[in-house]
Amino acid sequence: MSVREVTRERLGAALWRRPWLRGALILSPPLMWFLVVYLASLVALLVTAFFSVNSLTGNIAYQWTWSNFSQIFTQSVYGTIILRTVIMAVLVTVTDAVIALPFAFFIAKIASRRSRQAFLALVFLPLWASYLARVYAWINILSNHGVLPSIESHLGLPITNLAYTNVAMWIVFSYLWLPFMIVPIYGAFERVPDSLLEASADLGAGSWFTFRQILMPMILPGIVAGSIFTFSLTLGDFITPLLIGGSSSNFIGNAIYDSAINGGDLPFAAALAFVSIAIMAVYLLLARLAGAFDAI
Amino acid sequence: MTEPSTTRENATSSEQGILLRGITKRFGSHEAVSDVDLEVYRGEFFTMLGPSGSGKTTLLRLIAGFEVPDAGTISLRGVDVTGTPPYQRGVNTVFQDYALFPHFDVARNVAYGLRVRRVKRTEIVARVKTALEMVQMTEFATRRPAQLSGGQRQRVALARAIINEPQVLLLDEPLGALDLKLRQEMQVELKRIQRQIGITFIYVTHDQEEALTMSDRLAVFRSGRIEQIGPPSEVYERPASEYVASFVGTSNVIEVPDGRAVLRPEKIEISNGPRTEGRTYAAGSVIDVAYLGMVTRFSVRLDDGNTMTVARQNSSGGSQINVVAPESRVTLSWDLNDAFPLTSHSVVETQLGVQAKGAI
Repeated sequence: MSVREVTRERLGAALWRRPWLRGALILSPPLMWFLVVYLASLVALLVTAFFSVNSLTGNIAYQWTWSNFSQIFTQSVYGTIILRTVIMAVLVTVTDAVIALPFAFFIAKIASRRSRQAFLALVFLPLWASYLARVYAWINILSNHGVLPSIESHLGLPITNLAYTNVAMWIVFSYLWLPFMIVPIYGAFERVPDSLLEASADLGAGSWFTFRQILMPMILPGIVAGSIFTFSLTLGDFITPLLIGGSSSNFIGNAIYDSAINGGDLPFAAALAFVSIAIMAVYLLLARLAGAFDAI
Repeated sequence: MTEPSTTRENATSSEQGILLRGITKRFGSHEAVSDVDLEVYRGEFFTMLGPSGSGKTTLLRLIAGFEVPDAGTISLRGVDVTGTPPYQRGVNTVFQDYALFPHFDVARNVAYGLRVRRVKRTEIVARVKTALEMVQMTEFATRRPAQLSGGQRQRVALARAIINEPQVLLLDEPLGALDLKLRQEMQVELKRIQRQIGITFIYVTHDQEEALTMSDRLAVFRSGRIEQIGPPSEVYERPASEYVASFVGTSNVIEVPDGRAVLRPEKIEISNGPRTEGRTYAAGSVIDVAYLGMVTRFSVRLDDGNTMTVARQNSSGGSQINVVAPESRVTLSWDLNDAFPLTSHSVVETQLGVQAKGAI
């Protein structure tokens, strides 16, 4: 046996005897990535939020200050933007949950094996197209001379002009993030054994009782998982408000964009981003309190 | 001749347990249950025995209401329930995988059926207590199903079903996942509970020993049809077909003057002594000896080429085991009266209320 082979065998044996070492070796590359790219940039962002910009030179002044945050919380325009963003995120989340629940139930529990695959493919299909293309498609549907008004005029219905309104944003966001709600709820439904539903019926419970008592508690983690997607994706978006929202439809993301790119005020943009992160943290905390992670 | 079945069919509805008429169930092109007629009496421990895929579980699910038959009617105490959803039938099921609700503790699982019916809280508490006492699970009332062993889950599932005082309790291979010792304990327990509450049990199993031990009557299933119905001793001693004979217990099929007959291993003696009048003798050599504890099982190849299985009680200590070694020559003897002829009329004469349609 060559020296090389011997070394290899010894190394293998040494690793076999020390499972923690194997674990560390496997984990270290992603861990490094996580530390450097993710956590470090997050910390940089956080720190930046406490700096300011010298209004004369446009350079960042590296001095600790609360001015960015006090500006956000005192100027009503930012309060309105934050409120609008959060309300929209909640609305979209609720809408998607209401649509996804029966749909996911149907795919997981009623549809045949073959049609189940077809339905899942349909759910994923929009994700293959570009986000921008899908948003522009909605402009075509909703705008003045779009598909929806022309259908309405054919049917003699009152013509709606939804493009560039908050309602349009609500529809488009709900459409965009629906797959992210359906998939985890579908997974949760699939993990509920059919026999539990049969047992509930066997013990005298009708569909509604079974849904509330058995299904709902068991799929709640799935709903929360989906809602984390829909909520955070809406919360962080700035393209849909830009393309489809009206004149007063700015989101936190748009405010960040304005400060960072147009205003050149990176510290203020960082502070706004920090508000986003804080809202998301509160949301996760609430979900946790609701017992959504008990099953994990 | 009055057919016994006719008299039973005219029984008043209060005596009637379950009556199935011409039940057929297809899944795609596969016929899981084919034109089955069956009556189960009130208070009876009735077992549906058969290999997997023989239709016994499907029939149970049809009675429970989880499946709708393609043809036929199901009546419970004289009331047609064929089109009634499961939650409106006076039937409860103990599931093979127990189907306990994982997010409820034991007491809440057991109380479920009563909560559905909006029984008063105080009454629920009292009845849950009684039900848990009956299955000896009182001290586990606050545990979640995940914190229980298989046998304990089984008991909870049983309590959850019987607390509703169903007319009929359906049990789908309830002991299938338990180890042998626990199984035997639970068999005794189930019988005790059934006697105590006096309701009809319909029990599905593929374990012939379990079926023989527990049942008042049993039905042997084969590819969607019932091959034979009768009390355990009847099915064992007078099997209606070669299939029943081989599925229920071990059997030898021998040639007799007017056809073929079933001869159980324990009816055969290994005898090298003087011959007695009226017994049949055959010589052969031992090809296998299996010591099973209570009995020793011999496989003997007769000189005519047939192989016979012989069981002998190990009644006189271990010394006897070595007396008959493999390869040794032996003479087997049996009484032809112990051999039950396999003829088609044996099914019809099963002296019981119900004929097994389509058997043989």
